[in-house]
Amino acid sequence: MTGTLFRFATAGSVDDGKSTLVGRLLHDSKAILADQLEAVARTSAERGFGDGTGFDFALLTDGLRAEREQGITIDVAYRYFTTGARSFILADCPGHVQYTRNMVTGATTADAVVVLIDGRKGVLEQTRRHLSVVALLRVPHVIIAVNKIDLLGYDEQAFIEVDADVRRVTAELGLDDVHVLPVSALEGDNIVTRSDRTPWYDGPALLELLEQLPSLDELETELDAFRLAVQLVLRPQGGLASDVASDPERAESFRDYRAFAGRIGSGRVRVGDRVSVFPSGIETTVAGIDQAGASLDEAVAPQSVALRLADDIDAARGAVIVETGTLPEGRRDVDAELFWLDPRPLLPGARVLVKHGTATVQALVASVDSKRDLDTLAHEPAETLEANDIGRARLRLAAPLPLEPYGANRHAGSFLVIHPADGQTLAAGITEQ
Amino acid sequence: MTEIVTAGGRVAPEAPTTGGRVAPEARIEATHIEQGGLDTRAGARYSTTRGSELDALDVLESEAIHIIREVVAEFERPVLLFSGGKDSVVVLHLAAKAFWPGRVPFPVLHVDTGHNFPEVLAFRDATVERLGLRLEVASVQDYIDDGRLHERADGTRNPLQTQPLLDAIAAGRHDAVFGGARRDEDKARAKERIISLRDEFGQWDPRNQRPELWSLYNGRHTPGQHVRAFPISNWTELDVWSYIERENIPLPGLYFAHEREVYRRDGMWRAVGEVSPPRPNETVELRTVRYRTVGDMSCTGAVESDAADVAGVVREVAQSTLTERGATRADDRISEAAMEDRKKDGYF
Repeated sequence: MTGTLFRFATAGSVDDGKSTLVGRLLHDSKAILADQLEAVARTSAERGFGDGTGFDFALLTDGLRAEREQGITIDVAYRYFTTGARSFILADCPGHVQYTRNMVTGATTADAVVVLIDGRKGVLEQTRRHLSVVALLRVPHVIIAVNKIDLLGYDEQAFIEVDADVRRVTAELGLDDVHVLPVSALEGDNIVTRSDRTPWYDGPALLELLEQLPSLDELETELDAFRLAVQLVLRPQGGLASDVASDPERAESFRDYRAFAGRIGSGRVRVGDRVSVFPSGIETTVAGIDQAGASLDEAVAPQSVALRLADDIDAARGAVIVETGTLPEGRRDVDAELFWLDPRPLLPGARVLVKHGTATVQALVASVDSKRDLDTLAHEPAETLEANDIGRARLRLAAPLPLEPYGANRHAGSFLVIHPADGQTLAAGITEQ
Repeated sequence: MTEIVTAGGRVAPEAPTTGGRVAPEARIEATHIEQGGLDTRAGARYSTTRGSELDALDVLESEAIHIIREVVAEFERPVLLFSGGKDSVVVLHLAAKAFWPGRVPFPVLHVDTGHNFPEVLAFRDATVERLGLRLEVASVQDYIDDGRLHERADGTRNPLQTQPLLDAIAAGRHDAVFGGARRDEDKARAKERIISLRDEFGQWDPRNQRPELWSLYNGRHTPGQHVRAFPISNWTELDVWSYIERENIPLPGLYFAHEREVYRRDGMWRAVGEVSPPRPNETVELRTVRYRTVGDMSCTGAVESDAADVAGVVREVAQSTLTERGATRADDRISEAAMEDRKKDGYF
């Protein structure tokens, strides 16, 4: 233990063999234990899977009764395995069109997305849609697993054709870090180790690739300008923790303690750094970085810390502490790309809530401007957005938010659209400029 | 470069480290409650990270602290389900870190089945007292005594916890309930959100969950609804044990190898106790065992083990071929959907 953490999502159309792939990955990395295997073998036999002697890997990932009964996957399932070098969090996303929202859920936190395609069928409409979501949400790495290579006789030419197809689509969508692998989830080719049956393929196996790719934090979050959204102000006064309170001298030194608690959204911060506070714009210096009793000289995204500042400034939940010189502008009019997730359509004039960082403000939908053709990503005119649509809308906010382009800083450029009455999450939003 | 930082904020001279963590000799094994406690001074002794990489535990810890702070900031009356079991102990430790140097700003709630291990109850009470917390207890026994609940034929009381839990949440007007559930424990839990909405009957609707996007948690709810918040959703059993080792977190002694009178039932070692007597055909033996989970005595089994300390348990868990629930929970063996059905009814 423990290595680094890497989050990835898997997506694919029905029957591409995604459950088999996930099951294979977990099984071959020894993340599935004997009692789970036994339960799956028992249920597979009861259902007569593969003449009653087969092993239905899908049973490992379908968690809900309705899923097992209907043989479909409804919701994102999270799976965990480790190889020593890395601990993996796998968000297994359903492939059905009507559950695109789960693809969005999986993709927003992913360092990589593995999109599965059936090598015999090539790129399908749904593959394009999954890749569109991945492109718009700027998932750093895209891995296309061309599955069922065994059924193609491990033929290099067949793979080359699919590979060319895939690369044409990913180029159109503007995806740049794309890895295309020939695999057989059923036979285990190129999943954990390189297969002898594809000698013409000289790239890494899927798991090798997942172990090597840099994470989102390494690639950009740590490198972006420092931002910390204040979650709450720690000012214990009389309510000191017992380890502090039990020592009168120590308790006295914490009497006027005041620190701004939050998770570093991006960048790094050192004691002595000049910082500015949104929205007031006041500048001050970082006097201390505390992490539960430990004083750090430096902290980096995504650490949760408490910052002590040199001056007694006014900042509450919703404020953002940033590196001086990079103070974002407060914005009340926002052009956003919305991933509409709710069954109720978005109509112009709607009143909603926008949650950004630790701030939630009221908003008015000034206009719905267009929606994307999910095959080409081209904009077409639209008056409304319906479930699973991705489109542009203009929002007018009741108070300014420090929204930045999603492409420049994903924490600062992402938000939720929430129903003001029932609290449902209506959409995932990203700011364009 | 790594360095050890002490609680007072003073940087100690460079201490021997291994792989960015405190070296074993610099650590004190705390397996008994007498040896200190859930104390941030112990937690303060891990190394800070220099360079670009935080390890998986650093990231999981930061994620959990972020979740705990979000819930405290956005809800009025949170409460933490605290049984003295390792997962809830870890969540409480994370809460202590989240609000240090302040006290944990919410009470803890224990649903007492009446079948708890006495050692675990003692640990619970000592922990609560040390941290200056308020403990709310919902007693299954009270419900059985006055006829609101009836003992099941199989004697297990886990499914009986739901009603006392929901009543206690209502009585305390708690709008957020922290739990130590992890997604790697069970297939239904693998699908539950970190912030999970429950209706006025405490029910979970798995087919209508809110999408959870980025690290933006939506805890909005209407009167009567509440949320369950699971800060260690993304931790595995091995993560929990590695963290306990790294942070030197004390646990009830049951988790470590000890000699105990046990008998074999359903492929598990069951402790001889008032609520779990052996049947006439079952042979009582003295074995060296430990518990991987410490729930209801009447349905929780022990495993044979010689892991006498945290490091031993970490090694054992890393090599285990059984899941912790599969190895030790009789109630989860009832059906494929045992956990899902309990959760839909309002269980943890």
